[in-house]
Amino acid sequence: MLEIRCPYCGKRSQNEFSYGGDGNIKRPTLGEEINTKDWDDFVYFRDNPRGKHTELWHHTSGCRQWFKASRDTATHEIFATCKMNEDFNE
Amino acid sequence: MRISMSNQFRTTNSNGLINKNKILNFTFNGQTFQGYEGDTLASALIANGVHLVGRSFKYHRPRGFLGVGVEEPNAMVQLHEGDRSEPNIMATEVELVEGLVANSQNCWPSVKFDIGEINNLLNRFFPAGFYYKTFMWPKSFWYKIYEPVIRKAAGMGIAPLNPDPDRYEHNYEHCDVLVVGSGPSGLASALAAAKNGARVILAEDKAHFGGSLLNDDVTIGNMSGREWASDVISQLKNLPNVVVKNRSQVFGYYDHNMTVMFERVSDHIEKPSQYTPRQRLHYIRAGEVIVSTGSIERPISFGNNDRPGILLASAAREYMKVYETLVGKKPIIFTNNDTAYSTALEFLKNDITPIILDTRDNSDGELVKEVQNQGIQIRFNSGIANTKGHLKIKSATIGKLDSDKENFISYEEVECDCICMSGGWTPTVHLSSQAGNKLKFKEEIDAYVPDQKRQKETAVGAANGSYTLDQSLAEGFQVGFELSNKFTSNNSKTDTPMSKEPSQESHEKLWCMPLPNGKKPKRFIDFQNDVAVSDVELALREGFRSIEHVKRYTTLGMAGDQGKTSNLNGLQYVSKIEKKIVPEVGHTTFRPPYTPVTIGTIVGREVGNHYLPTRKSPIHKWHEENNAVFVAAGLWVRPRYYPRGNETMNDAVNREAANVRKNVGICDVTTLGKIDIKGPDAPEFLNRIYTNAWLKLPVGKARYGVMLREDGMVMDDGTTSRISENHFHMTTTTAQAANVLSHLEYYLQVVWPELDVNVLSTTEQFAGVAVAGPKSRELLTKMFPSIDLSNEGLPFMGLIDTKLGDIPARIYRISFSGELAYEVNVESDYGLHLWKKIMEAGSDFGVQPYGTEALSTLRIEMGHVAGPELDGRTIPFDVGLNGMVSQKKDFIGKRSLSKEAFVAEDRQTIVGLVPVDKKSKIPEGSHIVENDKAPTPNPKLGHVSSSCWSVEYNNPFSIAIMKDGKKQIGKTLFAVSPLKDISIPVEVVSSHYVDPKGERVRS
Repeated sequence: MLEIRCPYCGKRSQNEFSYGGDGNIKRPTLGEEINTKDWDDFVYFRDNPRGKHTELWHHTSGCRQWFKASRDTATHEIFATCKMNEDFNE
Repeated sequence: MRISMSNQFRTTNSNGLINKNKILNFTFNGQTFQGYEGDTLASALIANGVHLVGRSFKYHRPRGFLGVGVEEPNAMVQLHEGDRSEPNIMATEVELVEGLVANSQNCWPSVKFDIGEINNLLNRFFPAGFYYKTFMWPKSFWYKIYEPVIRKAAGMGIAPLNPDPDRYEHNYEHCDVLVVGSGPSGLASALAAAKNGARVILAEDKAHFGGSLLNDDVTIGNMSGREWASDVISQLKNLPNVVVKNRSQVFGYYDHNMTVMFERVSDHIEKPSQYTPRQRLHYIRAGEVIVSTGSIERPISFGNNDRPGILLASAAREYMKVYETLVGKKPIIFTNNDTAYSTALEFLKNDITPIILDTRDNSDGELVKEVQNQGIQIRFNSGIANTKGHLKIKSATIGKLDSDKENFISYEEVECDCICMSGGWTPTVHLSSQAGNKLKFKEEIDAYVPDQKRQKETAVGAANGSYTLDQSLAEGFQVGFELSNKFTSNNSKTDTPMSKEPSQESHEKLWCMPLPNGKKPKRFIDFQNDVAVSDVELALREGFRSIEHVKRYTTLGMAGDQGKTSNLNGLQYVSKIEKKIVPEVGHTTFRPPYTPVTIGTIVGREVGNHYLPTRKSPIHKWHEENNAVFVAAGLWVRPRYYPRGNETMNDAVNREAANVRKNVGICDVTTLGKIDIKGPDAPEFLNRIYTNAWLKLPVGKARYGVMLREDGMVMDDGTTSRISENHFHMTTTTAQAANVLSHLEYYLQVVWPELDVNVLSTTEQFAGVAVAGPKSRELLTKMFPSIDLSNEGLPFMGLIDTKLGDIPARIYRISFSGELAYEVNVESDYGLHLWKKIMEAGSDFGVQPYGTEALSTLRIEMGHVAGPELDGRTIPFDVGLNGMVSQKKDFIGKRSLSKEAFVAEDRQTIVGLVPVDKKSKIPEGSHIVENDKAPTPNPKLGHVSSSCWSVEYNNPFSIAIMKDGKKQIGKTLFAVSPLKDISIPVEVVSSHYVDPKGERVRS
């Protein structure tokens, strides 16, 4: 079980959190024309890197804030976490 | 039953850790024995001369004890009786209590005469991979013949069928330093870390602390090893920053230094307090973990090396030193190293002279010298070729080895009643390996030791391959200080005491004896899975090279003991045949649990109703009192129907639903998800979340909304009301409430943080009651005489804030049943009051409560979609909600709706089905086909999502989602359920079966 530092609550065990997927994804702007390939890339396609990965977590059984985590997908090491409006301080 | 001659195999000295003043009676295979307080089941049986404990897994060979602790592969018993019965328990790990009952397992009719032993005689027909090779064909035979027969013959103990009557607990702990194992290095680490101020947990599997110090004659400072151990333990117990746990096995090492420990709290107590759990699982998040788990002695492979009475030399020593038990009186000691000589010395202390066989040419170690000084002649260059004795070892064929030790050159038959073997030692690296440590092979001890760590884990002492006491203590004190200082920075260092132990010479790299002339006895490597040297040879001959493949093919190291005594011997043998060095062969991966853990401990208190939290509406008590039958809806418990008299479920549901259509019914809808949405950008936010338009919803009005995922699939639906300019009240389905809240939070916090909106779950803050049916207006008018509930005063999709007496109440004019209907909300605490008031006022109008079944019937008849239709695989078009999709604005998932498949001409859509015979109920999940006689694969047109008995038309009715559905209306098709062997001719109709124009809700 991972130990994750919520930027609002501090270190808590993984069972308080929900994984939220790739943190690099930018949703296309509403109302903007977008071709099918780009839309499909946004909806379906994700990189699956081995190593450092920016991802989203949601402190569902806590403060209910979404935040970013930089995690190694192979070792599970979490290098840093930060609020959505911040950058990692690594 | 008879009492046997008691304890004839006890030592003459009483320096052990048992209490001979307290006699304990116990039963093994129906016979009563006596042991002492402090005994294990194993030591007590051995003290009574019992070595035959069970039968082996594959060949049903008689087996006894190999070890004295967690390494035991053979002596597994069925413990206790009745609901507390437990299979596959290592007799070496069971502390004796008065009245203990144990039985042999894997044998029939008895351990002394076991029919299954025929497998042993037929062993040449049971080579490695036998099951893979033999039982493949014909395929149909597997389920009917092979599997049942194999299952009966194989297997170990028997699991009880009833629930476990005992109580188990979970506990969560944090510490700076967790020390696993209380041998010399563990005690040193714990003491150093504790004295430096760190929060320390010290865990020991056994009842007694000290590890090897309990068995070895060594001196630390001016104390014996044992005295030093107990001195350190009492120091630690007096420190407030230390938790000391015996009977506690750290069995798992997970990510981020999460370790899991299994504590046997009251197994050793005859009559535990009712408030004491039986066992406890500790989740320990440790800053640093010190792995001081010691080492396990290795057996040697020789002909018939598995007979009862053949055991590890270290085990024999511990039985003598700790349990005052003699494993035999005519011992042979067989070794490739010096450590077994301390077992010889222990026998000599009991006036028993062992025969000593040493594969080496010579040794000048101090232990060897001491044995020789007592006048014992050691047979160097010797080994055991074979043994005799069916149920217990009787004699051994000992042989002189040739110079390259590949053959015996002469033989001699020697009587014996036990063989104590030692093939050297294997560091217990399981936890380090579980932690992700890349092990390295240490040539001088011929074993793997931890190397590159991935987590905050440090091995010390024998677990680190440091076999001398000096080294162990030095490492322990050093590592304990350094790691604790990371947390405390106290720089308070504890001095390492001087220690003294006999010097030792190195072992010989020989773990497998040659076969005796002209004979091919089995030379076992893995005792628990009956894997012999010949099986490994066969696997290699058949082309298996990777050690992982050899492991799986032979099942070497795959038994419950995870190869604690067999892995390295297997590796050594593979490396010898393959002529590779061991590191090239590699090693298999260790996985938790290190030792078996009871299911009860893993489950803890999460049993029965405590498996999940239970959510109940504030009206729950009334439902109970009024004969409701309940159903689980996620975590909620909801009334399903309220039977009267002898009514069946169908009777009750039809009555409840018909009463809504005719008079008025009320339903507890508290469970619906409710989300409070506030902020100046709330309308804009809803406009993006929902498929329809929200900017112009007037205050005091509700609107039905559908939300999609980005992939275009419907996520949820519900009504949302505008309470005031910037304040909305959203409802979700019961099942999706939590997901919808997370969804909203995601878009607000991650995607559109510029929107000034706050969301908050208010599901539990409001109780809700649906009042539905043609007489609902009259009923509510009686309750709220001051409110105008007419179509003008409160039109469809309107809402009014009012009061029920002094209680604030909100009335929504919304309908799920398709009838004229309202929903009244009050604060939760007033829910029961509201419900009772409605029942009271409704008595004149024939009000009846209705449950979830009638609720479903009413919505299915009306063609209103719910969970079965919104199953995450349907877009708005599929479920008849295309009219809800705005063409003017963008919203979540809109772009997906224009994808090719989603706009296909023959896209699936919702329809109704009525059985042609107007009688047959159509099972939900049935497939719709054009021709039920067509050969498979028969093209499927769609599936039945919801079924009910239409109370309006008095015949079955179903909703289906079907390809090109609207064009199928009027056709007769078949609803088939091959699993139930059902085929029902059905007529396709509109999904709006009742009141298709929706006039009633507006009446």
